[in-house]
Parts: sequence; structure tokens; C-alpha cells
Amino acid sequence: MSATGVGASVARTEDDRFLRGRGQYVADWRVPGTREVAFVRSPVAHARLRAVRAPEDCAGTVFTAADLRGVKPVRAITSIKGFKLSSEPILATGKLRFVGEVVAACVAATRAEAEDLAERVELDYEELPAVTDMLAARRPDAPLVHEEWGDNVFIETVEDRGMTEAVLAAPLKITREIRTARQCMFPMEGRGALAFRDDRLRCLTLVSATQMPHIVQLGVADCLGLPDSAVRVISPDVGGGFGYKGLLCREEVVLGWLAQTLGHPVRWLEDCREHLGANANCREHHYVVTGFADRDGRLLGIDCVAHVDAGAYSVYPTSAALEASMVASLIPGPYDFRAYRCRSAAVATNKCPILPYRGVGRTGVCLAIEAVMDGIAREIGVEPYEVRLRNLVRPEQMPYDNVMGRHFDGGDYPEAVRRAVAAIGVEAIRARQTRGESDGRLIGVGLAVFCEQGAHGTTVLASWGRPVVPGYEQAIARLTVDGDLEIRVGTHSHGQGHETTFAQVAHEVLGVPFARIRVMQGDTLYTPFSTATWGSRSMVMGGGAVAEACRILGERIKAIGAWLMQADPADATVGDGCVRTASASVSFAEVARAWYLQPQHLPPDVDTGGLEVTAGYRAKRDSGTFSYAAHAVCVAVDPETGLVEILDYVVLEDGGVLVNPMIVDGQVRGGTVQGIGTGLFEAVSFDAQGQPLASTLVDYLLPGAGDVPEIRVLHMETPSPNTTFGAKGIGEGGAIGPPAALVSAVNDALRPLGVELQGVPLGPERILAAVAAARASTSA
Amino acid sequence: MKPVAFETVRAASLAEASRLLREAGGGAKLVAGGQSLGPMLNLRLARPRLLIDVAGIAELTVAVDAADQVVLGSCVTTAAVEDGRAGDAIPMLAEVAGHVAYRAVRNRGTVGGSLCHADPAADWPTALAALGADVIISDGRTERSVPVAGFATGAFETALAPGEILVRIRVPVPSHSAAWGWVKLTRKAGEFALANAAVLVDHERGICRIAIGALRGPPLVVGDARGLFGGGPVGAGALDRVALNRLLGAHGGDGGTERALHVTALARAADRAAAVRSRT
Ligand SMILES: Cc1cc2nc3c(=O)[nH]c(=O)nc-3n(C[C@H](O)[C@H](O)[C@H](O)COP(=O)(O)OP(=O)(O)OC[C@H]3O[C@@H](n4cnc5c(N)ncnc54)[C@H](O)[C@@H]3O)c2cc1C
Repeated sequence: MSATGVGASVARTEDDRFLRGRGQYVADWRVPGTREVAFVRSPVAHARLRAVRAPEDCAGTVFTAADLRGVKPVRAITSIKGFKLSSEPILATGKLRFVGEVVAACVAATRAEAEDLAERVELDYEELPAVTDMLAARRPDAPLVHEEWGDNVFIETVEDRGMTEAVLAAPLKITREIRTARQCMFPMEGRGALAFRDDRLRCLTLVSATQMPHIVQLGVADCLGLPDSAVRVISPDVGGGFGYKGLLCREEVVLGWLAQTLGHPVRWLEDCREHLGANANCREHHYVVTGFADRDGRLLGIDCVAHVDAGAYSVYPTSAALEASMVASLIPGPYDFRAYRCRSAAVATNKCPILPYRGVGRTGVCLAIEAVMDGIAREIGVEPYEVRLRNLVRPEQMPYDNVMGRHFDGGDYPEAVRRAVAAIGVEAIRARQTRGESDGRLIGVGLAVFCEQGAHGTTVLASWGRPVVPGYEQAIARLTVDGDLEIRVGTHSHGQGHETTFAQVAHEVLGVPFARIRVMQGDTLYTPFSTATWGSRSMVMGGGAVAEACRILGERIKAIGAWLMQADPADATVGDGCVRTASASVSFAEVARAWYLQPQHLPPDVDTGGLEVTAGYRAKRDSGTFSYAAHAVCVAVDPETGLVEILDYVVLEDGGVLVNPMIVDGQVRGGTVQGIGTGLFEAVSFDAQGQPLASTLVDYLLPGAGDVPEIRVLHMETPSPNTTFGAKGIGEGGAIGPPAALVSAVNDALRPLGVELQGVPLGPERILAAVAAARASTSA
Repeated sequence: MKPVAFETVRAASLAEASRLLREAGGGAKLVAGGQSLGPMLNLRLARPRLLIDVAGIAELTVAVDAADQVVLGSCVTTAAVEDGRAGDAIPMLAEVAGHVAYRAVRNRGTVGGSLCHADPAADWPTALAALGADVIISDGRTERSVPVAGFATGAFETALAPGEILVRIRVPVPSHSAAWGWVKLTRKAGEFALANAAVLVDHERGICRIAIGALRGPPLVVGDARGLFGGGPVGAGALDRVALNRLLGAHGGDGGTERALHVTALARAADRAAAVRSRT
């Protein structure tokens, strides 16, 4: 293995600028003449909007829906039958459907002055009863978010595979009801955009903190009625996305329109208040899940009714259908059983539209199915891990097509559990539990195991009805005049370190020194079209494309190099930045010089495509990769305060061949911390009128360094048979397991008190209330 | 969010600050560390025309440790107390300081600012009330003193009249044999308290005082808390939880699980008092 090729923990190229404070985020861009934008947002969750009144002295600085003539609303059309379309106006008109919805844009020299203007804009509205709960939203008398629908259901899907009377009559029937909270994704950098007209390129340029520049380009062009080529999107350094920046934002469209219309640059930077108050947009699910098992705890079937609180609108490009469809297809988890029924619905409420957050449906799904596993273990009186071992797909069954037709591409799931159990030390924890703690706390151990479909291919995503289905990811590889390598990709790193890992891939194929490879991304002007970075797809697909482009470029370099050595290309090889035969070699720089500067030395039949190649990735199967992991956690729960301390946390992960193990560990740890947030801390609750109750970080608790132990990451490596280098998508797994593992551990700790909690987050109030209820019922 | 436009001036002396405050007639706000006022400004909850920065006034930043009392200028920072640069004669002060917010906040945030902000969830009001501290207030001409236990009159409300400035805080030094306990329950390090409680037992001075904070309004202070412990040695075991519950209810605190947290905080503070001596 090369020190900088695939499999090496190369230090991240981008960190040099990040750590020195030289990153280039949207807020770092300076364009002369820029004016700042502040938005007037809906103060209510549901209302009929009668008028928006700007003060009379504000002409030309305050803009409402009435000004945006000809601007089209956002419509995320999906191919799923029965999906009800929502039309999201760029600035609210007719109705206000959630708190924080953008109503007007105010433009001034500074943000403070723009906010002064925003304060003076009057909204005339008639408040309507709000739908704030996804279950209540389905009642026949519920207020309607979109009247023309007749109900509040975006889509309901039904799966029924192999369920029989025999399974329904199984000796064990374990039912759990689980709710997950609404969360904010909280990347370090919020959203933000800067828009200006570029008269030289004859386009609107939008510098935006987005994960998907080409998608935003399409969306903005469509809404503004411009050809795609008249919109350029630059996504510079992006300070975290997690899905929060994987959409077309109304604000981006407004900024584009303002720049086109006013003729000067405009900028908007989301602040923390906007993020919390208008964008608690992920994770809220509800499950009633029943597991049917035999007396040995062998799972025979699962029956589930799932709801996703999808909020008021369907977001482009993921749509409101995505998460509910994923839930239905992912509930079976990593387990081997053949009877499955699931009804899942995406429900419209007066909350902000849901977006897929790292782990997407899987975080809730894992919590639901692992609660059933724990329930079975309690029922038959065995260790929870034992029930997992009895039900996981076994290595000899791989590759395995599960009850939903998901194609697991390999691995040893039970071994992952055994290693995690050994690493956390379940036996020692059991001994410690019998001894008891001197401080009165209760110790518990919990486990979660899951597989993580990543790099979903065309057919998978088409089946989920995404309005934009990804195809063959492409990359451009180009040898420069001095023999350096330039790589251009359409994916976009927002923290994943692609400048490093894609260079490792290119180095692996061509041997150009790592330091002389430059990876370029984040600009629709010079990168190939891509749906970009989401769904743990970039290394498999973008990396696969880089490898393929480099391989073809290598062939072209070889042909020229061999000619320069007067050798037969069949006798030559490419590597280490040279073309070699048994007796001679020429460097890539010499090849490049011949092509660019001394073409008289080129072979007469040279490929005139030259030293620049665009090539795409075709997976051997497009059913996605399946990483898997077991998370094990040991907690101490204080039954008098309801506070939970994490004493130890182990992640056993198999992500196939890791291109950069250090970066993977970072991904796993970062995701795990977010999962701990879901499990213990993060929730935005809404009052009955649909007001989000967290408006600052005092109310919205994020896990901090003090709340997270050293997360121990252990690896297994089962290469994917279907991808270049055997890599698998692993960007999200960290965030999937923690809620399930934590609930399992807290319940294990509180078992002596007769307490079993469902749902997250497990804040002190919830724990104390459950402890008090259990005490009351035992004393009664 | 950005604040509304305002002017700002650094007062060189207490007299100047008082004069500016008087002249502004309600349109001005004092700023010390800015750690509470800053967010209020950014959220536009506070909309002063003028900010008078008092953090640089020498008189307000001095701290004097005498044998019988510690005097903290109102603008002494929480970090200075944490580091023992102020209030070193009373070990409980550093213990309290070390768990207020994060170091970055403590570096700027002041003890006086915390008292004047009167956030029910704050730590200084509870701790200083338990220690029997009082505050000296000036209107620019005369000074008056108010016990910390009575300084906050409600959530974010104090006994300060318009134009008054908190000048310093006097904390009596407990005797050698005194015992104290401080407990702050938080969901995570650096957060505001879910519950906080202090116990001071100073037999030589005949003091058995408790304070419980993070309630809806100002802390509950019981000057003679012997009855709560059945007249005997303090400790969680001796705590009359029913009586304390009743007191908390009468004080207007929350019920249910939140009440239980406050009781737990006090019980644990009592246990610490049983174990920790104020000077060793
Ligand atoms: C992230 C964060 C976490 C925090 N966590 C905690 C915590 O855990 N526990 C805790 O107790 N506190 C906490 N705080 C509050 C912190 O301790 C503040 O610093 C303190 O409450 C206010 O002090 P200040 O000097 O910053 O006051 P400022 O913000 O400057 O002023 C606060 C108020 O007091 C008035 N004021 C200030 N000085 C005087 C004076 N001398 N006379 C009259 N009026 C005056 C001001 O006009 C203003 O209304 C936290 C703050 C932050 C930002």
C-alpha cells in the first residue's frame, strides 16, 4: 500500500486552511456593492394571509410575493402513485403554513438595518387552528394544511410480504410504540447565499452553502424561468451539511431574483435564531411495531405502522415521500425473517418541511426494531445480544436478499455483535450491576446493530420516487502541462475531506504524487453534473468515477509515453507518475509536454481527446452498498435526577475497504455524537399553536465535549464485491445506532425499578416521570 | 439577529456612570460583562439607546479579602473568583464559580451582572444568599445595602431603582468550623442549572441556612433551616422532604418531577455539607 493511496490515513489537505482560519465559506466572500437581506418570517403556524404591508418609505427595499411576478413555486414531483403535490411559494402567499416560513425580503446596507426594516413590515392574517401532531393530523376533523387535498396525507404506502396466519399466531408478540422528536441539524455553518449578476458569463451567480450545487442550479433556474446555463452555483467551503443543505431553499431563489432584479449583489446569512425557529426539520417519526417470534426468540415476522411528520411542504429534490418510503423498506433491518407488513405515511403538519438528516429513516427504524429485540430478550429471559445473534443474517447466507428485496452485499453481522459485546465487556458490567454503585446510580448496557444502505443506485432511488434520480456519477481527470493532475467532481465535500480522499484514489490509479493532485469541486461552471453529496454515495460513486477517469487517462498517457520510448503500448505500464517498459521510462511531465507543447513528437494516431478525460462510474449492481455496525454503550443513570452519563461507547463498523481510515473514524465519531444528541438531548417541541419552543441554544441542547466519552471505533473489513476498491458508503452509520443503543442501556439500568422507556430523547423529565410512575404503581 | 442601533460609552468612574444613567432617563443600560445583556440585545429583547460600560471602573473591579468579610466589586468576573484572585477566603465561592457557564463566559461575566440580571436559573443569587451576603447599591449620591436574599424581586426583576448601580457585594466569611455544600444539577457541563442548592452550617455563629435556586422566581432562602433537618445534624437522611416540598410549593415553584429535582439538589448539598468543611 502506498503511503498516500487507498487505505492510508493521509492527513486532510483541506485542514491546512480550515485550521488556520483560511477557509472560504459563503460569509468570507466579498463582492463590492453587496447589500444584505433579512427575511420577514411567519410568526404563526397556520393562517390565512390577507396582506403584507411594507412601510411607505421603504419602496424598492422590501419585497413580497406580489413583487415576484412569474417566479414559480417549488414543486417536488415524485413518481410514486398517489403522492399529493404541494406547491411551496417562494414568498408566502394566500396561507402561512409554518412558523418561520419566508414572507418578505428586506434589503439594506447592513444586516442590522435590514432587520430594522423587517420589523416594520406588517402582516395581516387570520389565524387558523394548527395541525401540530402527525397522528392528530389524520383525524377526519383535523384542520387541513392543504385544503385541496381533502386530508393531510402526502402519501401512504403499504407493504405486505409473506405475512401468514401462522406468523400472526406466533407464541411471542412484542409491541412497542415509539416516538422520536423533531430536531435541528445544526451544522456549524448555517445556510447562506450571495447572489450577483455576472455580465461577462451572462449568468446569475449564486454562491451558496449547499451540498448539491447542480441541483440548486436546476431549481433556481426553473423557479426564475431561466435556462440552466444562465445560473452558476458556486458552493465554496461548507461547514457541515448533514442533509440541511441538501435542497433548493426558497431563500436561494429570492436572492437570485433580487440580484437579477436590483442589479447589485445581495447576501443572506442564516443566523442561529432562524435555524432554530424556522428549521427544526428532521427526525420526527412515530412507530407502532410488533415483532412475532417463537419461544426461542427467533423472529418470524414484523408488523409496523409508521408515521413521518413531513411538515408543510415537499422539499426539492428529496420530496416528502422519501423518508416514509425509506422507513417502509428499512424496518426489517439486518435480520433474517420472511413475513413483513408495514403501513407508512408521510403526514403534512404546520411545521417546517422535513429534510433527510444523516442516517435518515434508519435512526428511527433502528430504534424501533431494536426495542422489539430487547422486548423479546426480556420476554424469554436471555441477554439482548443473544436475541440479536439468533436473528441476524448469517455470513453463510451472504449475499442475502431480505424480505424487502434489499441485497446485502456481504459481511459477518453476528461477529460484529460478538466483538462489540466483548469490547464493552457485558459480563463485567453484569457483575458490576450485582455489586451496585456507591453513589446510588444504576448501570446499564445497551446494544444496537444495523446495516446501512449507502450509495443507493438508480433503481433504488427511482423506487423511492425521488424527483431527481442520480445516474452515472462522473469525474474529469486532466494532466496539466507540468504533469500534475487535476480532478473535477460534481460531488461536494461539506466536511468529509474529499479533497484528500479523491486524491488518494487518483494517486492509487496513476501514481502521481499526492501533493501534485488537485481536486476541484463545488462550481457548476467546471464540474460534471451531479446530484452531489448525500446518502453516503460520494466515495463509492464519485470515487469510482475518479478511478475510472484516471484509468482511461492512464491509457492515453501510456499510448503517448510508449511512442516516446519507441515501445509497444502493450509492453508499457503506468504507475508512480511514469510510463515504463522493461528497459525505459518517461515521466508524465514529459508526456504532458509532448501533448501540449511538442505535438510533433506525438504518435500519428494519437487520441485527440488529449490528456483530459470525462468518465463515469457504473456499479456492478446498483442496489447500493451495505455497511453495518454494532454500537454498544454503558451508561450510569441517576434515578433521583434522571441524568444519564455515558461511561463507555464502542462502535464496531464494517465499511468495506476504507480509503482513509482516519477520515472514516472521524465520520463515525461525528455521527455518533449526533446520534447521542438524538438519544439524550435534542428536541424542539411545539406548543398547541405550532410555535417551536426552542429559540436559543439554552433551550436546544446539543451534546458537547463533556457529554461524550472517548468513542472507541473498531473495524472489520468485508470488501464490497460491487464497487471499485470494495469501498462502501459509511457517512451516516454513526448517527443511526446511538438512540437505539442508549434506550436499550437506560432501560437495562432502570430494569430493577420496573421502568421501560420508549422514544427519545431521554431527558431527565422523562426518566424521572417514568421512575415516579413505576414507584407509584408498585406501592399501589 | 442584530441589535437595534445604540450608542456606547465607557464610563471612567462610578460618578460618571451614575450621571449618564440619570441623564438618559430610562433609555440607557449598564453593561458589565455583556454575557446576559449581549444575547438580550441580539434578540432585540433589550433596546437601549445608550450602553454605559462599567466594566472598566476601578472601584467596581476591586476585591478585598478581610478576616471577617470578602468584598467583591460588582464587576469582578466569575473567572477571577474561580481562580482565587477574588473571594479566596471563602472556598465555596470558587466552587460555585467553576460551574457557572463555560470559561469563555466566566472570563467576562461578572458576579454583579449576574445578580442584576436576576435570571432565576443563575447560580450566584442562590449561592450568595446562602452565604448571607448583601449588596451595596449607589444612586450616585448615597449608598444603601440590601441582602442578596431579598435583592431579586422576581424573574429578571431586582430591588434596583431606576438610576441605581450595584457597587459591591459583601460576603461574611464563615467561621473555621463551618460546613457548606453546593450542588448544581445540569444536563450538561456549562449549562444553566435544572436545580441548584446551597447549605451553610456554621455552629459558632448559630447559622443553618439553605437556599434553593433555579425556581420560577428568586431563590427560596431559609435563614433558619434547622427544623428542616429535625433539629439534628444536616444530611440527606435527616431532610424533612415533606416540609421542604411544602415550602417549595408555597414559594411558587414547579410541581412534579421538577420539584423532586430541587429536593434532590438540597439533599445532596446537605450531604456535602456534612462532608466538607469550609476551611481545612
Ligand atoms: C452560554 C452562557 C451560559 C451561562 N451559564 C450560566 C450558568 O450556568 N450559571 C449562571 O449563573 N449564569 C450563567 N450565564 C450568565 C452569566 O453568568 C452572565 O455573565 C451573568 O449572568 C451576567 O453578568 P455580566 O457581567 O455578563 O452582565 P451583563 O450582561 O453585562 O448585564 C446583565 C444585566 O445586569 C445589569 N448590570 C450589570 N452590571 C450592573 C451593575 N453593576 N449595576 C446595575 N446593573 C448592572 C445590566 O444592565 C444588564 O441588565 C451564562 C451565560 C451564557 C452566555
